[in-house]
Amino acid sequence: MTQPYLKFEQIGMRFRRGQMSTEVLRDIDLIINKGEFVSLIGHSGCGKSTLLNILGGLLQSTTGEVFLEGKVVDEPGPDRAIVFQNHSLLPWLTVYGNVAIAVDKVFGKTKSKEERHDWVMHNLELVQMAQAKDKRPHEVSGGMKQRVGIARALAMQPKVLLMDEPFGALDALTRAHLQDSVMEIHARLGNTVMMITHDVDEAVLLSDRVVMMTNGPSATIGEILEIGLPRPRRRLELATDAEYARCRAAVLEFLYARHRVPVRAAA
Amino acid sequence: MPAASKAVAVSPAAAVPVPGATAEIVTFRPPLRPVLERVGEMARHVAGIVLPPLIVIGLSLLVWQLLCSEPGARLPPPTKVVSDAWDFIVDPFYDNGGIDKGAFWQITKSLGRVGIGFSFAAVVGVALGVLIGQSTWAMRGLDPIFQVLRTVPPLAWLPLSLAGFRHSDPSALFVIFITSIWPIIINTSVGVRNIPQDYRNVAAVIRLSWWEVFWKITLPATVPYIFTGLRIGVGLSWLAIVAAEMLIGGVGIGFFIWDAWNSSRISDIIVALAYIGIVGFLLDKLIATIGHFVSHGVAAQ
Repeated sequence: MTQPYLKFEQIGMRFRRGQMSTEVLRDIDLIINKGEFVSLIGHSGCGKSTLLNILGGLLQSTTGEVFLEGKVVDEPGPDRAIVFQNHSLLPWLTVYGNVAIAVDKVFGKTKSKEERHDWVMHNLELVQMAQAKDKRPHEVSGGMKQRVGIARALAMQPKVLLMDEPFGALDALTRAHLQDSVMEIHARLGNTVMMITHDVDEAVLLSDRVVMMTNGPSATIGEILEIGLPRPRRRLELATDAEYARCRAAVLEFLYARHRVPVRAAA
Repeated sequence: MPAASKAVAVSPAAAVPVPGATAEIVTFRPPLRPVLERVGEMARHVAGIVLPPLIVIGLSLLVWQLLCSEPGARLPPPTKVVSDAWDFIVDPFYDNGGIDKGAFWQITKSLGRVGIGFSFAAVVGVALGVLIGQSTWAMRGLDPIFQVLRTVPPLAWLPLSLAGFRHSDPSALFVIFITSIWPIIINTSVGVRNIPQDYRNVAAVIRLSWWEVFWKITLPATVPYIFTGLRIGVGLSWLAIVAAEMLIGGVGIGFFIWDAWNSSRISDIIVALAYIGIVGFLLDKLIATIGHFVSHGVAAQ
């Protein structure tokens, strides 16, 4: 077999504070194929974000390595663009400017000025934000900000798109709308995506595989669930789908029956 | 609505002329009423803002007039201030050579000094602020020194700068510089230290170079803080210039006051004080307005 597209090999993470040392992650082994949509789900504090930040290069793992197309990941880069939970748009730039700052940096040498402009507009159109390109972040809604955050990440043409609870701060209706957009974009572009979520429905609806993590400290992968639902998936049809219900039940069972948040009376 | 439904209910025939009549009134009234109402509302709004200060100023002048009207009063009442200083008030542009110039020239000279000293302070202050905001080592090294030096009163620097520069003009500029630089340094460094980690993460992901991070992230993210520092700084430098000019002499609104005191022109002093206050207020508003535009509305007005 050829080398895996994205491989986590024996990832372990320890945080040190003075004399105290806590093991957050241990023995994470995971292989993600090209074009796959993988969700990472688990209770708060199980190290999901830590794992995503290690892949993003923002954190260095204590043990083990991440390989992307056979190369070790050891610093942040546009090939692993991140959609941050709180959108992280720069407030002094317009919607256009926020995407353009990434495009100009990543494609400054390979694309002409006009090509870069077209590419920015193309990505804004992809998330349906082209008409608001001259607005500043504080002038648009939370859902629209997150759309721009997604456009900025997509515009870098990442090998893996990392999403850190991208819809966590949004209301339910906006979230559903954005999930549909992400599914549509994923179907069209075939990105490899790794997404953190708290939301069982979101994980099952969007993913090819759901990676369920045990509780921290010393969290690791508890179980991986293949979601065999055919694409394109439609929210309404899935509501009564038996396979969807089975997957959903499996994740719920893992999270709330087998790995309930332990009562930390001692801690 | 009730009138129309009633008309229909009574008889269909009678309903015909009634809507015609009401329609005419309905089309004419709305544009008329709001215009009058709007004018009235606007007048009330403006009066609400303008009247209170006018009334307070009027009352203060009245009290002042009453207190200083008796024959032995040491300070002139407002009427006497206006009549004494009439030449100074009506012709701000006269120039009789030497230091005998109108209010406009005096204030322009002082503003020029503030402009130069403050500009230097802004450039050096922002640079030092960014340095101690970004480097923990520089902060630990410089911050204690700054914290001590910033409490030194502006005029305490003047003798030292006179000794160093040997001329009064550069000494005045130095006093402005050294007075206004501290709030600029401190606010800038706080701004740099408060840049959200998210912005740094974004910069890391798109791999901005050190220089690009500085221009595209650090500076714009710090602008609101910088302008807070600049506003405090410009206020302090306007305080300092008047005091410094009293000591170094020459043309300038500060020495004008001192000169007026020496020749017992109390009314001129009072008018000059009013001018200084107004100019200081305008300087503050100017910096705030620039900050508002530069930071795209993020900095407080």
